[in-house]
Amino acid sequence: MKFVDEYRSEEHARAFLEAIQRTITRPWTLMEICGGQTHTLLKFGIDELLPREITLVHGPGCPVCVTPIELIDQAVEIARRPEVLFTSFGDMLRVPGTRSSLLGAKAAGADVRMVYSPLDAVSLARQHKDREVVFFAVGFETTAPANAMAIYEAARLGLRNFSVLSAHVLVPPAMEAILGSPDNIVQGFLAAGHVCTVMGYREYEPIAEKYRIPIVVTGFEPLDLLHGIWMTIAALEEGRWGVENQYTRSVVRDGNLRAAAILEEVFEVCDRQWRGVGSIPLSGYRLARAYERFDAAARFAVATETAPEPSDCIAGLILQGRKKPNECREFGAGCTPEHPIGAPMVSTEGACSAYYLYGRR
Amino acid sequence: MCLGVPGKVTRIDEASIGMPMGTVDFGGVVKEVCMAYVPEAGVGDFVLVHVGFALSRIDEEEAHQVFRTLAEMGELADLGLPRPGSARGREPGTAPERAGRS
Repeated sequence: MKFVDEYRSEEHARAFLEAIQRTITRPWTLMEICGGQTHTLLKFGIDELLPREITLVHGPGCPVCVTPIELIDQAVEIARRPEVLFTSFGDMLRVPGTRSSLLGAKAAGADVRMVYSPLDAVSLARQHKDREVVFFAVGFETTAPANAMAIYEAARLGLRNFSVLSAHVLVPPAMEAILGSPDNIVQGFLAAGHVCTVMGYREYEPIAEKYRIPIVVTGFEPLDLLHGIWMTIAALEEGRWGVENQYTRSVVRDGNLRAAAILEEVFEVCDRQWRGVGSIPLSGYRLARAYERFDAAARFAVATETAPEPSDCIAGLILQGRKKPNECREFGAGCTPEHPIGAPMVSTEGACSAYYLYGRR
Repeated sequence: MCLGVPGKVTRIDEASIGMPMGTVDFGGVVKEVCMAYVPEAGVGDFVLVHVGFALSRIDEEEAHQVFRTLAEMGELADLGLPRPGSARGREPGTAPERAGRS
């Protein structure tokens, strides 16, 4: 496929690896934000080909992994209602809640359906006027414009039987939370190319300045990641900081202004709880006042009870880059993709599932 | 979840009301895609698609940037600096030199 295959060339990958090797003089710790990038790094073995001086820690960029267990419980509670047709991206269905996953609720009779696009949920609401169609609106900035458009469209169509359970999270506040922690070990970031396709990278500039850290907006193919790592290492070795853009074929500094306008219309920024991490100020979206009537949590008056995390799971430390998945004693034993204890083992973007799938035991 | 897949626009629907939609070919797999966020994309353009929405038009010129970077490193090698890409740039058995950085 064009714009995929050429970025997987072994010859060019070796050239970047040599360039990185020539540039590096001392140890550096980089974090790739996005779980999709983690998977590329492990799938293609890049983590094992890089010079020994580079430590990659895996960031919290997995929306499924950071959605609080309370919200999974709310989703399950709503899905169990007889009038509800509950829709979600596939990844969320298998995440364990306190008592059940959405898939477990489906097995027990709830009408839970997987959708490819949030617009599919809107179509279901148009087809099933006698049902309450609820969409589990999960995602980072990449997914938010699609979810926002579904809500905008539902409003335009005057749909009364459509609502969303919002679990939107934002990347820059999470980066600040990591950098501001006294335990921080991250010296350079590979920022998430698709998040920045939507939002641009202006909001990263003050972060790079404040923490004097290089942030390189990076794509998802092997050559993109190697290029991004090389750019970050070059900046670190030269003592430079600031934001650079590796993923220029998709990302411009201002992002996608049309998408930003719909986000501004439909959502407002709020504090958000991150599973395993805690509350991060101004790190999520909730529905703006004019769209509050589409809020499923309010419509179905579900309680927000705090729920305990599985005690053997170290997902929080993994999501903050403080532990590697294979340092967990449940990894590959009590916790596998078939029988996950924590969300990072469920998600196709989770660091634990990447380590398991690609044999970093 | 932030998976974005590049595909070629094969049709733009003339939207009378509602969202502009188009058809995108992902190496043989064809899908209906919302084009509201990239109205500048036309038939033959490549767009990056995420959960049924085109999020950017892929810039064909910028798509060469990765390879240009490598070529530029190669040109540095021609000026006597170390060359990336292969062992050709230096004698076998010699230690890799540092690039022209402080």
